[in-house]
Amino acid sequence: MTNHAGSAASTPKVSLRGITKSFGSNTVLHNLSLDVATGEVVSLIGPSGSGKTTLLRCVNLLEHIDDGAVLLDGDEISAIGRDPNPVRRRVGIVFQSFNLFPHMSVIRNITLSLTKVLGQSHDDANAHASGLLRRFGLSEKADVYPDQLSGGQQQRVAIIRALAMRPEVLLLDEITSALDPELVGEVLDVVRELKGSGITLLIATHEMGFAREISDRVCFLHSGSVAEIGSPLQMFDSPSDERTRQFLRRVMP
Amino acid sequence: MARGLHRRTGHQPRLTQRQQHERQQRRRSSLIAATSTLVVLVAVLVLVPRMPRWDRVKQSFFDVDQMGDSFPRLIDAFWLDVKIFAWTTPAIFALALLIALARNSRSPALFPIRALAAAYTDVMRGVPVILWIYLVGFGVPGLGIARPFNSPLLWGSVALAMTYSGYVAEVFRAGIDSVHESQRAAARSLGLSSTQTMRHVVLPQAIRRVVPPLLNDLVSLQKDVALVSLIGPIEILRQAGIDKSKFANFTPFVVAALIFLSVTIPLTRLTDYLWQRERRRTSGTRVAA
Ligand SMILES: Nc1ncnc2c1ncn2[C@@H]1O[C@H](COP(=O)(O)OP(=O)(O)OP(=O)(O)O)[C@@H](O)[C@H]1O
Ligand SMILES: [Mg+2]
Repeated sequence: MTNHAGSAASTPKVSLRGITKSFGSNTVLHNLSLDVATGEVVSLIGPSGSGKTTLLRCVNLLEHIDDGAVLLDGDEISAIGRDPNPVRRRVGIVFQSFNLFPHMSVIRNITLSLTKVLGQSHDDANAHASGLLRRFGLSEKADVYPDQLSGGQQQRVAIIRALAMRPEVLLLDEITSALDPELVGEVLDVVRELKGSGITLLIATHEMGFAREISDRVCFLHSGSVAEIGSPLQMFDSPSDERTRQFLRRVMP
Repeated sequence: MARGLHRRTGHQPRLTQRQQHERQQRRRSSLIAATSTLVVLVAVLVLVPRMPRWDRVKQSFFDVDQMGDSFPRLIDAFWLDVKIFAWTTPAIFALALLIALARNSRSPALFPIRALAAAYTDVMRGVPVILWIYLVGFGVPGLGIARPFNSPLLWGSVALAMTYSGYVAEVFRAGIDSVHESQRAAARSLGLSSTQTMRHVVLPQAIRRVVPPLLNDLVSLQKDVALVSLIGPIEILRQAGIDKSKFANFTPFVVAALIFLSVTIPLTRLTDYLWQRERRRTSGTRVAA
């Protein structure tokens, strides 16, 4: 990725500048910095409890940071007193546990924010949602309720729900961890399709093979800091940090 | 092949052995239910009239002439119960929802409102309903407010609505608390405001979950409506008491009970049915019996 010094194109899409986050006396993120370019795919790997989920939640302001700054297109979205709602329209998140709204049909899950947040008409929202469902092979599920879907289908709906807002950045938090192995593929296929569409992806994952395949860069988190970051090739084949090596030995025997 | 043929010719598809077995099981349980009901009914109808004092009980509780005589008066008086119930119920739900929302507010600036709402539910639930009815129903009109705002009927119903909103608010609050935090996170992450999240995501789920306890509260309310008569208004229970004294016969009470049941049983069945239907519509596969 070549940067033109000083031009607007060099402004990172997402920039974390020395963020610190504690829960009580437990400091989860330590002065963490990370820049993600527009359209880039960055995977976050690291042991359980290293802060991957917390980091993602800080990016779309579901968590308040204690120190540092979160920038979107160079704009400090974490500034004190700033309304988080406009930011969240631009930064979507998909959760490990799907979190679909169980009292709403699939299509209503998708159109809720289109009508209530973006102010689209019901017809426009339905057309947009139906188009997305068709694109991801879920047309015939539009009117069923989440509990009547398989886990893989639920997670695909959750991704569609986030995508429907046309976010510039999509955060994926271990979206396949709650799935049976045979359902992982269909969900990852959806993500594969997103790469290259211009959307910026920040992916917390335990699927090392997938991280290697899809990422432009892989970021290894350890105890709330970036221990090492680099291309998949470098990270998986010749990691320089001892902690990265140890972690990879454990998860990829 | 064979099954496809059946379907095309419009015949019932042949049942597998397992389906036949399940159908048999269902038939057998219906049969058992019907038989046991019949046995109990016959036992009551045969045994009760053989009790030594049945004649006397029959005369003072099931006097047919008395029934015919009291029925129109009781129905008239029952109207008042229905009216009190009909105007207190929406008031209770609205007030209870407000209080529950106030108690669930998260902003530190709203602490006084949270505290006030908590105090309200504690005070309302901490005193028997009948006491509130006496205090408010006699107390407020006693202030010398002009007609028609000085009627004990009005203030008795207000007292009823106040106490019940305390109970119902707690039910709502429990429902709101039972909706997992991740649902809020999902809604907020899509850009919904906290008000929109409450309105479209949290409350609909919360209310669905508390339908059974709410029905429970409505059933008690319908019974407690009769308490308002203690401060004056003549509703069905009071009318039954008057008739009882006048004719020295308990039949009016039996008629009153039957009038209550004729309204409450269909109502509870209907709400139960609607609720089950809603549940079936949104839920996944159910565990086999
Ligand atoms: N709401 C919270 N309250 C208190 N502690 C929290 C909270 N959320 C996370 N933590 C703590 O923060 C640390 C990092 O958690 P986080 O969920 O970010 O890790 P993770 O890398 O996503 O782990 P995993 O791979 O298991 O998902 C953990 O020690 C966790 O206990
Ligand atoms: Mg996590």
